[in-house]
Amino acid sequence: MSHRITRGVSLYSFQEEFFLRTMTVRDAVAVAAKIGALDIEIIPEQSIPGFPRVSDEWVRDWHDTMAEFGTRPLAYDFFLDTLRHPGRRLTHDEQVASVRRDVDLAVRLGTTKLRAIISTPAEVLRDAAPYAEEAGVQLLLEVHAPFHYAHPWVLRHLEVMDALDSPALGFMPDLGCFVERFPRVASERALREGARPEVVDLVVKTYDDHGDVHGLMDTVNYLGGGPVEIGLARQATHYTWRDPRMLLEQIHRTHHVQAKFYEMTDEGTEYSIPYDRIVDVLVEGGFSGCLSSEYEGNRHIQDVHPVDSVDQVTRHHAMLERLLARHEN
Amino acid sequence: MFEKYVIVPGTLRNVVESGRTTGFELGVRMPYYRGLGLSMVEDVALTVDGVRAAPEGTTFTVHGNSYPLTGLGEVVDDRWELGEVATVRVDHPGGLAPGVHDVEVSQRLRISYMPVPGGGRARAAVELSA
Repeated sequence: MSHRITRGVSLYSFQEEFFLRTMTVRDAVAVAAKIGALDIEIIPEQSIPGFPRVSDEWVRDWHDTMAEFGTRPLAYDFFLDTLRHPGRRLTHDEQVASVRRDVDLAVRLGTTKLRAIISTPAEVLRDAAPYAEEAGVQLLLEVHAPFHYAHPWVLRHLEVMDALDSPALGFMPDLGCFVERFPRVASERALREGARPEVVDLVVKTYDDHGDVHGLMDTVNYLGGGPVEIGLARQATHYTWRDPRMLLEQIHRTHHVQAKFYEMTDEGTEYSIPYDRIVDVLVEGGFSGCLSSEYEGNRHIQDVHPVDSVDQVTRHHAMLERLLARHEN
Repeated sequence: MFEKYVIVPGTLRNVVESGRTTGFELGVRMPYYRGLGLSMVEDVALTVDGVRAAPEGTTFTVHGNSYPLTGLGEVVDDRWELGEVATVRVDHPGGLAPGVHDVEVSQRLRISYMPVPGGGRARAAVELSA
């Protein structure tokens, strides 16, 4: 079976380097081009100083950079700051206006797929959808752990999608839904911060056995757990393991994939997430979008070594290229 | 996340105005992966040698724009950018004594998608710079 999947990079992957000002957007795009990850996903609130006021000069530089490296603007991650004002939530209309603002900027940046943060109410996407459709872009709800397609919050979105039947609405699953093994970068950090080995083992083993993690925070508390240990137990409830075949449930509405990863090993695999099976499922389902790398391991290792996001993303793409090649004739 | 980078080394110094030492200041980064509107920065609390700085006497400055810490909730048209070093200035006549101080920064960020406040604590032994 051949495939129609492209490879890309979310600039989220370089958050450590952006934070420390050791890389620019241009540097990151150059890396993406070098490894054949030609579709670019941007988090404007991370990469564009002065957001939401974005100068024509910034936009021109962005397009010039894409042209220079042969990359394509593809996705735009928006947030919805419902708690922007102290003491009150944004009204429905204000939330819709916030999404429309992001649609306008996405059009300027040439990005056609907007990541709707999981917290976006279905009614907000419903009422922003006509504007997005008119603009030729899509509002794609991120399905992020611990959510899934049968979760009541996501079912509400499905009702809206069924009722509206708009090409502007769909999904963007995050592969953090498919964490089969507890990321060791997280458990090793807890050990460095003084967590007791037996408590770390309990959390990791319960998770890796796909056991009941819901009582873990309480259990660790009963064991006299401190903040680091309880924090680790909380993480065990935030990662989720689901059969990658879950992706097939809404594959017809899946227009982009955030290829989350925590650690690429020396063997060229992701430590926690079974990318081989995931790629096979996406090909089987006929997914024709982008696998957009989203490196998120930096936060677990930055206390002990310099983070090298470029190396991690490079390894991630070597793996993706290898796994996709198995489906090329 | 990013706690290690919150307290910026070499930025703790006394503030001298018209020949008088009126307080001290510290460079601080936000432990978050995007910029955030200042109205969602609920608190940036400095504790030096166990003494918490009074919020009323604290000023927060980003890219040349200064605001009273207690007034950030109203600032909806300015942001603390990713990795940007903000200057937190505390009124403290006489300033800090020379030498190393125990500095703690506790931040509370109102992140709309999170059920609990964002931010976090960072603590370091910091030497007063000239």
